[in-house]
Amino acid sequence: MHGEYRYEPKNGFMKWLDSRLPIMRLLDESVLQFPTPKNLNYWFTFGGILTFMLAVQIVTGIVLAMHYVPQETMAFDSVEHIMRDVNYGWLLRYAHSNGASMFFVAVYVHIFRGLYYGSYKAPREVLWILGVIIYLLMMATGFLGYTLPWGQMSFWGATVITNFFSAIPVVGDAVTQWLWGSFAVDNSTLQRFFSLHYLLPFVIAGVVVLHIWALHVPGNNNPLGIDVKGPQDTVPFHPYYTVKDGFALAVFVLFFAALVFFAPNLLGNPDNFVPANRLVTPMHIVPEWYYLPFYAILRSVPSKLLGVILLFGGILVWAFLPWLDTSYVRSARFRPIFRQLFWVFGVVCIGLGWCGAQTPDHVIVDLGPNMTAINAAVDHATKAGKTPEEIAAVQKSAEASERVTFAVVDLSRILTIAYFAFFFPGLFLLGWVETPLPLPESISKAVLGTRGGAASGGRPLEQRG
Amino acid sequence: MITIRRKKGLILAHSTDDASVTRRDFIYVASGTMAALGAAAAVWPLIDQMNPSADTLALKEIEVDLASIVPGQQITVEWRKKPVFIRRRTPDEIKQAEETPLDELKDPQADSARVQKPEWLIVVAICTHLGCIPSKDMKGEYGGWLCPCHGSQYDTSGRIRKGPAPNNLAVPAYKFLSDTKVQIG
Amino acid sequence: MRRISLAAVGLLLGITVAFADGQKEPEPQTWSWNGVFGHFDPVQLQRGYQVYKEVCSACHSMRLMAFRNLGDPGGPGFSEAQVKALAATVQVADLDDKGEPTTRPGIAADRFPSPFPNEKAARAANGGALPPDLTVITEAREGGADYVHALLLGYSDPPADMKGKMMPGMNYNPYFLNGQIAMPAPLSTDGQVTYAEGQPAATKAQMAKDVVAFLSWAAEPKMQERKTMGIKVIAFLFVLSLLLYAAYKQLWRDVDH
Repeated sequence: MHGEYRYEPKNGFMKWLDSRLPIMRLLDESVLQFPTPKNLNYWFTFGGILTFMLAVQIVTGIVLAMHYVPQETMAFDSVEHIMRDVNYGWLLRYAHSNGASMFFVAVYVHIFRGLYYGSYKAPREVLWILGVIIYLLMMATGFLGYTLPWGQMSFWGATVITNFFSAIPVVGDAVTQWLWGSFAVDNSTLQRFFSLHYLLPFVIAGVVVLHIWALHVPGNNNPLGIDVKGPQDTVPFHPYYTVKDGFALAVFVLFFAALVFFAPNLLGNPDNFVPANRLVTPMHIVPEWYYLPFYAILRSVPSKLLGVILLFGGILVWAFLPWLDTSYVRSARFRPIFRQLFWVFGVVCIGLGWCGAQTPDHVIVDLGPNMTAINAAVDHATKAGKTPEEIAAVQKSAEASERVTFAVVDLSRILTIAYFAFFFPGLFLLGWVETPLPLPESISKAVLGTRGGAASGGRPLEQRG
Repeated sequence: MITIRRKKGLILAHSTDDASVTRRDFIYVASGTMAALGAAAAVWPLIDQMNPSADTLALKEIEVDLASIVPGQQITVEWRKKPVFIRRRTPDEIKQAEETPLDELKDPQADSARVQKPEWLIVVAICTHLGCIPSKDMKGEYGGWLCPCHGSQYDTSGRIRKGPAPNNLAVPAYKFLSDTKVQIG
Repeated sequence: MRRISLAAVGLLLGITVAFADGQKEPEPQTWSWNGVFGHFDPVQLQRGYQVYKEVCSACHSMRLMAFRNLGDPGGPGFSEAQVKALAATVQVADLDDKGEPTTRPGIAADRFPSPFPNEKAARAANGGALPPDLTVITEAREGGADYVHALLLGYSDPPADMKGKMMPGMNYNPYFLNGQIAMPAPLSTDGQVTYAEGQPAATKAQMAKDVVAFLSWAAEPKMQERKTMGIKVIAFLFVLSLLLYAAYKQLWRDVDH
């Protein structure tokens, strides 16, 4: 399906180079001329946007590291030094901190696009798993980076997240101390986090290369989710998709710039402008917005170990998606029930994110007095032989404190169950139950069919094998 | 229908209408130029951030109290992260510096062009060869300084007399705020 | 569309409502630097600096601010000579030629002096409470400038339900957490600071506005530069997007897709 195109060196030097290092051949055949389905929509531009954002983060990060000091008494001040004294330091630092948010915006769109169009299904399972690994690495990098300004949120975020590891039975405390290099988050922690924060983006870049390699074996999925049948279904990547991706990127950067220049601290937390203080925890600890759904899952579980397991399970479950989804149809366009479940799942994730930003005992709905508890209190007082006045007082105080409420933690529990139920048994059973719509015969046929106004008359095609 | 043709490995969207070709080329060139300009502008902050920051630049002037320096004595002060020699010259040293014929010099410059008050010689203590600091303890053959790295010798006006250095020791901008106080920078 | 809605969701989630129960939410003020085209008023910043220096700096440090900042573009706009004169009004710790501790008049490169040598001394002098550093105070509090403004003017006698609950040495201020704050009302009377001639009367309200303006500028001295550049960048990206869209449409005109 790669077509018949072959790179031909244009002159003597290119021939000489090609026979020694076929780098121009690689570039030409697998980037410029790469046959790409011609029906990709804007949701498919986010791969390019993510590559750009990774480059932005690495470049701004390298220059910030020229001024930042990873030392507990100097880290906070060195960040302010960047903001105040370094030439364009404020721009570089705001671009880096908001760049992380934009990176996650793009990766979430990219993931949900893959989910909607079934991009994880055969033969793209390895491509998908590599994507999950990149996402995990991004989360780790983002967390490590958030520690570096050494504000209150940096310090306490690091404390809370590293304490996840103390949930491990038997060796938990030893592992946590090993991570810290001290009895608590300390200067040693800051220094190793800086080192790792510098390292991980390059690991991400390496996995991105594998991700793109794995993409280039089967080629792109597309909104129809059907395989490319021949050259009539594709266009060369350049210039068709370089220009389309370029346009989408420019619009994306427009939003990025709006954030950097006009609301640079919108996604930040005021507590991180207070230097780290190991004796005082801020009133209301929240992680960065992109971790909130997982934070809500963690807090919905009353058991420490189980909470941590579910948190990581909530991420790792994505890696098993190719096998949890049993339908042979890729695109949600041809899966009427899946399409609705997809949106429900989206709402569940956003709902979890909302829960993660609230205090767990925040009451969403007050359902009225808890009569059982009030009656029990009154009965208890009566049996104890109290005077009617005393009993009335007990009843009054019980009525004030005993309420039936629906709080954030209750909502989090429901949403956590819904989150996991979507994957299993949801998608697993759906593949057996759902009747997909008829699939078009090919991409070019589907395109012509829509243009001619005729409904696609193709018959369902076997996608696998 | 698809009208794409392959031509020498390049693929062009094909159109025969001359006016539309002109418009198409204009859009491509304009958007390409804009994108290139944007990229170039974005590079500048990445370069400029390596220039000295505002707090470094703020230390560009220093004031030095000269009251305690006796004739023949020299002090070294730090100015812009560099050492500066301030020498209170003896009458002999002044005479020697002033009477040196200019044609003996590698980098001809009269002593009067190098000092504001003959008694006070103020020079940046960086050898103009490769950046070492000339030694005040080894005065060399000319009564000034000898650079320990490659043997350049300077006279009592800080002028290069012998060795590989090409130029005289630089004279920083300075002004006397009073008889005993000088501001360098 | 979903990109927009996702970003919007991100924004919503990112904003945390941290005004706890028992803390009054500050009223939003109209500040000259609000909005895309907003900017600081140099004269107001100069007045604000005066209030900081004569009132706040008795207890609060601004340890990351240097006198040279007072002459930076986008700030109070003091001239170089004025900056030097302001710096020279303070005594800075230094060592003399014999290595003995001494003081000298400040220079432009010096940081603002701190009122206390260290945290313990600060606490000891303030009944155990630590006056926070004010360099980035408007960034470091939920509500920002509005909060600091409300707090400065929010002092009153405790209401009936708080009367018995006040801790010794604490002052009632509904905008502070739990309504009890160690700092006594810093702006106690009109005319506490004497403004230069031609300036507005130094009422409590005016002083509060001015000092909050100064603190907001100090928290982000590059705000002016940021907004000016931002307008240009957004305009550029807008034109670039239009051009790329035209190029995209032109290129794909002959492709069925």
